[in-house]
Amino acid sequence: MSATIIQISVTIAQMMIVAAMAIASIRMFRGPRAQDRIIALDTLYVNAMLLLLTFGIGTARVVYFEAALVIGMLGFVATVALAKFLMRGEVIE
Amino acid sequence: MSASFENIPLWAAIPVGGLLVVGAFLTLVGAIGFLRLGTFYERIHAPTLGTSGGIGAIMIASMIFFSTATRSLVIHELLIGIFITVTTPITFMLLARAALHRDRAEQNGNVPPKQSPEQKPAEGRQS
Repeated sequence: MSATIIQISVTIAQMMIVAAMAIASIRMFRGPRAQDRIIALDTLYVNAMLLLLTFGIGTARVVYFEAALVIGMLGFVATVALAKFLMRGEVIE
Repeated sequence: MSASFENIPLWAAIPVGGLLVVGAFLTLVGAIGFLRLGTFYERIHAPTLGTSGGIGAIMIASMIFFSTATRSLVIHELLIGIFITVTTPITFMLLARAALHRDRAEQNGNVPPKQSPEQKPAEGRQS
């Protein structure tokens, strides 16, 4: 009974998060300027991290947690570097 | 670490499922707002719904699930929560400043002009 509840809600949550990722990638292709694309990329990173966490709940393995942590850190560094590039024209001065 | 679904009682499965669906729904609402809002400065508000509500709810669901499945206290998801809570405002403030800088340089839109240092109020600057 409890396994069924968890499986169903994990499936629903995964479909919602995949829809959110699709919408973010639409904005990334359509975005009028560079900063819209960068925010779409950041949203895509966060949604991928949420998808990995729900994957970990659905398969009952702790391995996915480390992958989610690494994706979060890489997303932060990438977005900050891109924002720095937009502001200054170069990343490392 | 071995965890199985048989260990989970019903009183833990219901909040896990509910929090998962709520977090994913908040993320979806944030993404839809990100698609529909008009200007960049309005659009920058929408994805924070996913990074605060979505991360929070799914993190708590994962903590409840692994704590009851392995019958021990598993709270390492708090790392992700703290990290995202600290880094998201930094990222978005940097991006907003970069966008403001670009809009001022190209003089499009009605962005406020840059304040010169002598126009700023002098109080609070003495320290």
